[in-house]
Amino acid sequence: MTSKYAQYQPIPIRQLPMDEATGELSPQEKHQLDLLLAAAPQPSGISIDALKLLQASRGWIGDDTLLALAEYTRLPLAALEGVATFYNLIFRRPVGKTVLHPCDGISCDLMGGAGLRRRLSLYLNLVAGETTADHKFTLIPLPCLGACDKAPVMIANQILFERLNEQEIPALLETLAAEQGGETL
Amino acid sequence: MNDEPVSNEPVSDEPMNNAPVDTAPPTKPLTRFIRPGEACWTLAAYLAQGGYRGLEKALGQSQEQLLEQITASKLRGRGGAGFPTGLKWSFMPRGASAPSPKYLIVNADEMEPGAFKDRYLLEQTPHQIIEGLLIAAQTLDADTGYIFLRGDYYLAQQRLTTALAEWQAHCLENPALGPLNAKFKIHIHTSAGRYICGEETALINAMEGKRANPRAKPPFPQVAGLWGKPTIVNNVETYCNLPHIINFGVDWYLSLGLGQDSGTKIFGVSGRVKRPGLWELPMGTPIRELIEVHAGGMCDGYSLKGYLPGGGSTDFLTQAHLDTPMDYDAVGRQGSRLGTGTLIVLDDSYCPVAMVLNLIRFFAQESCGWCTPCRDGLPWAEVLLNKLESGLGEAKDLDQLEALCRFAAPGTTFCALAPGAVEPLQSALKYFRADFEAHITQGCCPYNHSAAGEQHYG
Repeated sequence: MTSKYAQYQPIPIRQLPMDEATGELSPQEKHQLDLLLAAAPQPSGISIDALKLLQASRGWIGDDTLLALAEYTRLPLAALEGVATFYNLIFRRPVGKTVLHPCDGISCDLMGGAGLRRRLSLYLNLVAGETTADHKFTLIPLPCLGACDKAPVMIANQILFERLNEQEIPALLETLAAEQGGETL
Repeated sequence: MNDEPVSNEPVSDEPMNNAPVDTAPPTKPLTRFIRPGEACWTLAAYLAQGGYRGLEKALGQSQEQLLEQITASKLRGRGGAGFPTGLKWSFMPRGASAPSPKYLIVNADEMEPGAFKDRYLLEQTPHQIIEGLLIAAQTLDADTGYIFLRGDYYLAQQRLTTALAEWQAHCLENPALGPLNAKFKIHIHTSAGRYICGEETALINAMEGKRANPRAKPPFPQVAGLWGKPTIVNNVETYCNLPHIINFGVDWYLSLGLGQDSGTKIFGVSGRVKRPGLWELPMGTPIRELIEVHAGGMCDGYSLKGYLPGGGSTDFLTQAHLDTPMDYDAVGRQGSRLGTGTLIVLDDSYCPVAMVLNLIRFFAQESCGWCTPCRDGLPWAEVLLNKLESGLGEAKDLDQLEALCRFAAPGTTFCALAPGAVEPLQSALKYFRADFEAHITQGCCPYNHSAAGEQHYG
């Protein structure tokens, strides 16, 4: 993470993204599911791993994805839907290229975490759970991220950003946007 | 991914040197392998510092001998409940007639508000966890081990995966480790989130690919757990203690604690203190020493109003309890719990109602929704606290909050989530009553930083 952030540039206002058809399972996905099934004591044991696997290649779990998974694994669709909606790292709606997970645990809030999240919200014009119109960012606060001595913290792109302050937010988001590359969805 | 050590906090005060430290029993066993600024998580570094000596000794002993030592060490579970590890293990069927396979699970689903000790151990000493798991496997004749890792701990996942591969390569080079490696397989399961997964029966449901609702007990997991087979679930830090107990002996381990409890513990302090961080200290270290010496005291301009001694699901304690030793029974006698041993400090600038609101909001969100006091009671408490924090509270709301605490008391709920959730609330109502009442009489938050409505933001 570089410490020099680009200049402030407003990010377009979000629209709720449409539900997109995600189609059939690819041969690679089927192969990975086969590996999971072979290793599991019972087929139902793979459901969380399978959802994480499909989400890794698709970004989120759409209705079509869920249906395709149920058909391929012969697991009940209702059971898979129950699991997919229970765990907070499985997304049942499309998310942006970068999902921002600011910590909303108490240790972060004691050190100004609420102000940080407010700044993120206002800067991106999002409330929790929403995605920017350009599909760049989704804001999903998570409970205590387990780095309380470095509060306030945020996870983005699997990296833990520590001891953040509100002033850093625009530059940090610019850097994260730049890391996504030039192409648009 | 950033491969630098995540914590610069000096956890061990012992001098660093490259000579084997194994000859003299350490005073800080859990962190003795951690070298700030060095890649102490690799197998080479772990072996060079005397790692896997505990396993070496364990391989030469019978299962009964090993279990006797764990029981005699008075090791208590480090995940929060403090259940004696030897006793838990003794419930698992052993011998030729025992069901098979038997499972061991490392509970690395750290999500307790204010707890950050397991992340440190996972990232810095993955081999110590593997060694502990292998010793447990040797003791209990287990077949498969799972490390149930929080999904957000990406660096830990990377280092554990590498450590596991290193260990398996190491086994191929050492014929003595062959039989154990052939029998006992270790897998890493990364979770998809939710605090409730830390509850052992909910964790087992998650491992089976279900929603993480807790299960009714009995049957206890030690008898019928994962896939209906005998299963032991222990915290990361509990496993980390095992190699040292076997390596340096029970008497040494018993002598480490200052009071009733044996061994050391990773203690932590977060909040407005000068040096937030983690330290490995003897069990029974006074709270005052933790806050004033190790954490450097409160930041300038702030004073101590209260603290949660063991993470977000423990009762508040105050200035009056600062001389309490941090061991299970002593903290319990003050009406709180040692929990995870990670203190959250409330300073005088932060509204206690806002702090409790944050915690209750967390627990309400993380409730699995299985039983009523939790599913309905916690959101109700959140509404009332939000009302108070917004300046719209009435005197009857405090009575209602107290009633909700009673509804969620131990024994009225399916698991320990709701009883833990109301601990900070019930103790805040006791110790910070004046603050709650000031919100009502003044019609606003006297701390002038209303946390109400913040759920609308991120």
